[in-house]
Amino acid sequence: MQAAHDHAAHAHGHDAHAHHPSGIMRWVQTTNHKDIGTLYLIFSLTMFFIGGILAFGIRAELFQPGLQFWRPDFFNELTTMHGLIMVFGAIMPAFVGFANWQIPMMIGAPDMAFARMNNWSFWLLPPAALLLITSFFVPGGAPAAGWTIYAPLSTQMGPGMDLGIFALHIMGASSIMGSINIVTTILNMRAPGMTLMKMPLFVWTWLITAYLLIAVMPVLAGAITMVLTDRHFGTNFFNAAGGGDPVMFQHIFWFFGHPEVYIMILPAFGIVSQVIPAFARKPLFGYASMVYATSSIAILSFIVWAHHMFTTGMPAAGQLFFMFSTMLIAVPTGVKVFNWIATMWKGSMTFETPMLFAVGFILVFSMGGFTGLILAITPVDIQLQDTYYVVAHFHYVLVAGSLFAIFAGTYFWLPKWTGHMYDETLGKWHFWLSLVFFNVTFFPMHFLGLAGMPRRIPDYAMQFADFNMIASIGAFGFGLSQLLFVLGVVKCARGGGVKAPDKPWEGADTLEWTLSSPPPYHSFETPPVVK
Amino acid sequence: MVSNQAQSNLLTMRKLSIVAIAMFGFGFALIPFYQKICEVTGVNNVLKADAVGNTQVDTAHLVTIEFDSNISGKLPWSFRPLQSNVRVHPGELTTVMYEIRNTSDRAVTGQAIPSYGPQLAVRYFKKLECFCFTQQTLQPGETRQMPVVFVLDHGLPDEVNTITLSYAFFEIEGTAKKAG
Repeated sequence: MQAAHDHAAHAHGHDAHAHHPSGIMRWVQTTNHKDIGTLYLIFSLTMFFIGGILAFGIRAELFQPGLQFWRPDFFNELTTMHGLIMVFGAIMPAFVGFANWQIPMMIGAPDMAFARMNNWSFWLLPPAALLLITSFFVPGGAPAAGWTIYAPLSTQMGPGMDLGIFALHIMGASSIMGSINIVTTILNMRAPGMTLMKMPLFVWTWLITAYLLIAVMPVLAGAITMVLTDRHFGTNFFNAAGGGDPVMFQHIFWFFGHPEVYIMILPAFGIVSQVIPAFARKPLFGYASMVYATSSIAILSFIVWAHHMFTTGMPAAGQLFFMFSTMLIAVPTGVKVFNWIATMWKGSMTFETPMLFAVGFILVFSMGGFTGLILAITPVDIQLQDTYYVVAHFHYVLVAGSLFAIFAGTYFWLPKWTGHMYDETLGKWHFWLSLVFFNVTFFPMHFLGLAGMPRRIPDYAMQFADFNMIASIGAFGFGLSQLLFVLGVVKCARGGGVKAPDKPWEGADTLEWTLSSPPPYHSFETPPVVK
Repeated sequence: MVSNQAQSNLLTMRKLSIVAIAMFGFGFALIPFYQKICEVTGVNNVLKADAVGNTQVDTAHLVTIEFDSNISGKLPWSFRPLQSNVRVHPGELTTVMYEIRNTSDRAVTGQAIPSYGPQLAVRYFKKLECFCFTQQTLQPGETRQMPVVFVLDHGLPDEVNTITLSYAFFEIEGTAKKAG
């Protein structure tokens, strides 16, 4: 297997076998799913730190009551851009990076179905990110209407909003192309013998996620197009004076937005479903029920959107419908959580870093799920709408949910990708510091929200001071802990640490572990046969 | 085999692209769809004259109606109610006046949008006549007094003793250019 690695390295040097230019042009022109996966992951890590710096700015301002550092409108830009960058720049591209690296290797395909389109999907992202960040420097500043860019705020802002809208359009186009690629790859290019119900769960969750993306990203594109025409071309979609309705924007946005939050968590479920069996050394408990649960969550996500809008004056019948349908989602989610626990039950578990992050994911994500259930109750939600309780809730599911799963997946597959083991001590430090500081940051926000502290406000009443200071200290600690992650990944990628065997994890059983570590540049050109 | 693979891939891509394009259209289709729903369920009909059934005056219940006026954005008008509040019984036909004045040197068209506090009052506040039912165009310097005729419905819960009727006037985009 080492020979295969050397062969691949040799090919890189001579530009013969792999057919790719060297230097920067290798990355610009690449159509290789592994290269593109790496690009996605590096891009998302970069955006993660940019978004993190913005969060740093938010927590610095909220360290003490009163206005310390920023004008209130710049604070709004910080919260908005932190949300947009983390959602569209960090979490989503990270999962697409995983999809690019893993899906072809896990289903025994030579590459993605549309290799050139794959290149294009990635290279749309950096210009979009640049547009988004440039908006800070135009008159009026960056978008400041919240990541949900609600009308009428978004229809009234300066040119920064236009840049934001264009950036979202481009990122949306990239997502749709990426998703079409993923669905086609999974449906048409599986190795002989790999039926749908034999696919690894990560592939399943991505198949469903990609369908969700194809269905809802165009709806977002429609919504922001309407904002754009309202701003510049005299239409009145959301302008009450012209017969439009600002609440309409919320309906369209959340028709996209709620499936979107599952787009950000389903691949995380997939990663955790690969990691837990590998370290529990038992097959995944209830594979079929996992598939059905994922599908149910995806379908339900289309009929719950208005639970984000309980305070808009919906009729009681509507509130009841959206309340109960939202609560229904707890059932398939519960199925998944119990299946993971049952997988661990009586397994011979070891706790390497990927497993730590996966178990941490289950614990902390479940807490976020429960606060979600609490927020689903209409009368409670009316009380807690737009408070820090909501901020705590979605950071529990997005940071401790999606992000921890991304860390779990990275540590899990880094040995495969780089051919070297990551630094286990560093990984464990990263996990424990992240877990502790995460909770120090976001747990107090529950109390702040229950006590009535509103979100997206740069100042607060004196009685919220202590918890805010604790949250800020936690946030600084959490942010700094992520440098350990970068250190671990860089050490591993530069060839530090011991060489990884083909299958570093005893209990892992999917196809990518049959390849060398790192895998050859072109893998599975002759498809493996799955029994 | 390879070309078969490529062809079936292209076919899948075509199908998925159609879904994506259809969903883009679906986003826009939601607009008329919601308008229909609001029309059918009677939500959001604040810009239409209401039908009034029972006009028996309920003297046991006295409600204070407060009037508020706002200018949205850059509309160069002054806008005020001619009375700050009135006290009425449910079922009593009441007329109040608002005044708008164009303070600019161009003709401007505006549209007023009402809102109510508390929110639940919207169902019981029946407007028979309102300047918000149509757009208003004011010549430079013109002043206009406009009536609102309303009745409070008998169903108004007893605990509601104060209702605020607030109007915001919006400029209708594009009229400024036409007025030149």
